[in-house]
Amino acid sequence: MVKDRYSLAFRLYPYERVAEQDADSVVRHPVVIVGGGPIGMALALDLGKRGIPALVLDDHEGIGKGSRAICFAKRTLEICDRLGCGQAMVDKGVVWNLGRVFKDTEEIYSFNLLPEEGHLRPAFINLQQPYFERFLVEEIRAAQAAGAPIEIRGRNRVTAIDRQADHTRLEIDTPDGPYAIEADWLVATDGANSPIREMMGLGFEGRIFEDNFLIADIRMEADFPTERRFWFDPPFNRGETALMHKQPDDVWRLDFQLGWNIDRRAELDEEKVKTRVRGMIGDDIPFELVWTSIYTFRCCTMADYVHGRVIFAGDSAHQVSPFGARGANGGIQDIDNLGWKLALVLQGRAPESLIDTYHTERKHGALENIKNSSRSADFLTPRSPAHKLFREAVLTLAADHAFARPMVNSGRLSVPCTYDGSPLNTEDGLPGGPERTRPGSPCPDAPVGESFLLSHLNGEFILLGLNAEIPNKVEVPGVRAIGMTLPAEGLLADRYLGDAPSAVYLIRPDQHVAARWPAYDAAAAQAALKRAAGLE
Amino acid sequence: MADLVTTPNLPRTDDFYAALLAAHEGLSEAEMHDLNARLILVLANHIGDLDVLTQALAVAGGQRATTDPTKT
Repeated sequence: MVKDRYSLAFRLYPYERVAEQDADSVVRHPVVIVGGGPIGMALALDLGKRGIPALVLDDHEGIGKGSRAICFAKRTLEICDRLGCGQAMVDKGVVWNLGRVFKDTEEIYSFNLLPEEGHLRPAFINLQQPYFERFLVEEIRAAQAAGAPIEIRGRNRVTAIDRQADHTRLEIDTPDGPYAIEADWLVATDGANSPIREMMGLGFEGRIFEDNFLIADIRMEADFPTERRFWFDPPFNRGETALMHKQPDDVWRLDFQLGWNIDRRAELDEEKVKTRVRGMIGDDIPFELVWTSIYTFRCCTMADYVHGRVIFAGDSAHQVSPFGARGANGGIQDIDNLGWKLALVLQGRAPESLIDTYHTERKHGALENIKNSSRSADFLTPRSPAHKLFREAVLTLAADHAFARPMVNSGRLSVPCTYDGSPLNTEDGLPGGPERTRPGSPCPDAPVGESFLLSHLNGEFILLGLNAEIPNKVEVPGVRAIGMTLPAEGLLADRYLGDAPSAVYLIRPDQHVAARWPAYDAAAAQAALKRAAGLE
Repeated sequence: MADLVTTPNLPRTDDFYAALLAAHEGLSEAEMHDLNARLILVLANHIGDLDVLTQALAVAGGQRATTDPTKT
């Protein structure tokens, strides 16, 4: 038996008996992904589109109910564009730019997220997590129809694993009873309470924050503007914070800080929740409760994300506070980093040690996310009289003095990580080149004629020539980079040339800069390509 | 890296000290804390240099400034 742990928003992959359940011998799969949440599905899609067979095991038959993650960042949308489902997300999502911060009833400052010009995607969209996951699964279905070797097995629960040097054996429970499979590589995307991590007895170290937050997602037709409103110490939630944020389908995310010592059951009482909601939106607006939940949070990470042939990604590897939208957005960056590396290794084109750089680079990213989200949590949940003292000082000054406003921390919103110091980078060789496109950086988007740069960086190694002559490809044994020349003008020149008259960029399959120079040099380009693919 | 000034640098020192006391006149202990917290933030922004502020935090916390010639 495989019992449900939660109810479903969308039933997308009902259990089906597969031949392997009756096979006499155990079948070996190249990649088995345990956990069909957004991170696992995105990885399956990335691998499948690269022609790598990916099997997803999920212990449910679809996507769980509840809005959960609602803020998806520009980088996530860019990655989903590469995977083929970014447009569906943007079409459904709510674009927002304005954030307003109140203390009591007074607005103390506002910020505008409007990204700089010349990016295809907005800084953020709000979208309920079930939709985000559904668009990924729909894209998987489309990819399958086009021949991508992806398989999703619903109601398949992993009950035990046996790790060997070059594979892992998985014991799986199903409605028809148990069976076993083997995986060359097992990727655990099974969430913050990762059963795989537990089975392996691995630690998850960090800080627990002593606070509770009530989420009340409500449906209402109201003409509140599409903006993020955040309150410190509002009359309707004295001494605590509150948040209001719009989602698609006339749904609004209301978030109330409750403090540490609370009676969870009493707080989740429907009438009590509705009273809180009316306190925030007023007595006159009719609404219905869509989803309520109380959450606590912690900022934790595993020591290592790669254990032999078992890899951890997303919340199973690291968990952050929700402030800053760094959970799902960080996890999508994990698989963006992992997909191409796993593909190269499985194709025998790069050594297994390339996978270790997934750990190096993404742990760097996770620590950055943990640092930022811990600081937001410290501001929102002051742990000592000194924390309270300085927060009050900041909030008091912010109303009248611009300098204090950047100190107000209601969440530092997710930005992609730059892999400074990564072993895959080649030292910056472009004098006068912009800081933001130094080796390790995620490529910033820029207009290219009627299109945008990132749409040309389609998951291969790319050698980009800007006012520079380059060959149509660079090859080293195992790996090649496709040459591409673009007219370096306007924002593309601003972002990639800076003060340099010309540039050649080596760009990784995950759209991070691996190396750059003022002009093409065959030996330098080959050396950088070898380095970026982990071949040296 | 800019160095924190720990030698006398404030003209009319007594006037500043008197103004500091006057600002605290009649305040409760909690109000004093609030005032000082705001004052620290205002001054920190004016200084505008994390290196200097980090040294200032160390000095205020009891460490000797490495650059103070009178204390070496």
